[in-house]
Amino acid sequence: MVDLMRRFFDGDVWHSFKRNPLVIVATVAALICLLAAAFAPWIAPHNPFDLKTLNLLDAFSPPAWTAAGKSEFLLGTDDQGRDVLSTIMHGSRVSLVVGICAVFLSMVIGITLGLISGYVGGALDAFIMRVADIQLSFPAILIALLIDGVARAVIAKENHDQVAVYVLIFAIAASGWVQYARTVRGSTLVERNKEYVQAARVIGRRSLAIMFSHVLPNVMGPVMVLATLHVGTAIITEATLSFLGVGVPPTQPSLGTLIRVGNDFLFSGEWWITVFPGLALVILVLSINIIGDWLRDALNPKLR
Amino acid sequence: MLAFAIRRLLQSVLVMLAVGFIAFSLFNFTGDPVALMLPPEATQADRDEVRKSLGLDEPSYVQFAIFVKNGLQGNFGISLRLGRPVSQLLIERLPATLELAMTAALLGLLIGIPMGIFTALKRDSWTSKVFLTGSLIGVSLPNFLIGIFLILIFAVWLGWLPSFGRGDVTQIGYWSTGFLTQSGLKALVLPAITLGFYPVTLIMRLVRAEMLEVLRTDYIKFARARGLTNHAVHFGHALKNTLVPVITITGLQLGGLIAFAIITETVFQWPGMGLLFIQAVQFADIPVMAAYLCLIGFIFVSINLMVDMLYYVVDPRLRVDRATSGGH
Repeated sequence: MVDLMRRFFDGDVWHSFKRNPLVIVATVAALICLLAAAFAPWIAPHNPFDLKTLNLLDAFSPPAWTAAGKSEFLLGTDDQGRDVLSTIMHGSRVSLVVGICAVFLSMVIGITLGLISGYVGGALDAFIMRVADIQLSFPAILIALLIDGVARAVIAKENHDQVAVYVLIFAIAASGWVQYARTVRGSTLVERNKEYVQAARVIGRRSLAIMFSHVLPNVMGPVMVLATLHVGTAIITEATLSFLGVGVPPTQPSLGTLIRVGNDFLFSGEWWITVFPGLALVILVLSINIIGDWLRDALNPKLR
Repeated sequence: MLAFAIRRLLQSVLVMLAVGFIAFSLFNFTGDPVALMLPPEATQADRDEVRKSLGLDEPSYVQFAIFVKNGLQGNFGISLRLGRPVSQLLIERLPATLELAMTAALLGLLIGIPMGIFTALKRDSWTSKVFLTGSLIGVSLPNFLIGIFLILIFAVWLGWLPSFGRGDVTQIGYWSTGFLTQSGLKALVLPAITLGFYPVTLIMRLVRAEMLEVLRTDYIKFARARGLTNHAVHFGHALKNTLVPVITITGLQLGGLIAFAIITETVFQWPGMGLLFIQAVQFADIPVMAAYLCLIGFIFVSINLMVDMLYYVVDPRLRVDRATSGGH
């Protein structure tokens, strides 16, 4: 482990990281978001979901630095008197969990299909890649919306709120697997003819074992870069779906839900209910995208 | 050419059949359509009657054939939420969405191309850096947030522009247009900017990349060696060659714009197909979802087909490519 750490800190990636101030800022911002979200139940100034602590008299109070602001609510409160900063911290938690789970599931689906497609080949390969082509010609958001809509029709209304988060994760994952499958298939086509794969085949390992324990580790590099960039996209997709009113239920609001709810108060002048969750979303996604972009360049030896 | 055209056409038909099959499955796996269409007090005889008239007593492949036949005639049934024929609803909403998407695409070309040329020619000026950083932020911003911020600034704080609806529309035959009235044009500004944001950044980056690529080629060096002015080299020689991929990508993006209009239309309550679709998803209004899916699928497939055909006509190199890698 110590050896691994030393190799990392001596390596090119760490060197390129140190020389890139934008990436350092982005990493710090992403870490703050991540920690604030992870420890929200313990460090948030208020508990926005504990109805006992809510006071309607606190509703619509503007940010603390304005004339009418109250010092205990740094970013103001919403229509039910909930502290905006605390709802943002809890909301980022939901957004991040959904985003990361969706990316992970997407990766699993994409890698599996890509490995099978590249290693087995033949009609199965042609079929999977045709489906991927068709899916790629439609925007991801449309596919996610469609899956969500179907789930709404199939699942009874009273059960829907409980499974809404899982449906959402699946919808986002299913709309993003193609990139992984294509990348993995491409690398697998190269790897399958290499000697170590042939050697494994000669000593009689089964195809499935060769695919997952020999080929997979060698095609993971580009997949990890894709995944980092995908987290940003997945969080945007989640926020968009929640904003459109088909995402997570209002009982466990994500950043998108908060923006949707706040949007209703834009015209009566309570801009902070929308703007701050919006800014939080932008900072989160922008910093993840900057890290992803940098990682892609730093890990790509051709660009050095 | 003919063989290529036919093969491409067959592929498109296959894709459309696949889309149609998904739409058809929506109906079949989401409950009993007869129960949805009849009042609860209907008798068993009524049910059998409707079942027979819809062809639901036939095996599923016959049902699919009936569905395709109805779909080709534009018959997608009755909206569960609004109780009106779906095709009629879509035709009413289509002009609003198309006008919005076209305006956004036009914005993309009119703003994106000059910005792309500028950032390619003056690579090191700080204006270029601002444009490029701005475009990165633009890509990271969710589309609906851009709309909300625009509404906050221009509708709520400044009060210059309306924040929802289409304004007054003029009816020309089946087509309702917002282009001819002042309030219609005013209402178009914010949604078009919101929807146009992504194409502007995309086209700018594309033009810049293509332009930089072309400026490195030999024929540009030769043009310079001939002593042509910078202006003639940049706009007469380089720009011309960058525009082919730009126009193709814009064409391909048009379908995406129509789909992305779902978000913009929700933010601005723009009465287009996207708003209709999102309400259908919220209410699980299957006929509308299925029809929208087929329509969008059709738009995508035809745009792809047209672009492919145009490419084939315009770029002779592809003919060789296709001939060798064909039928993969």
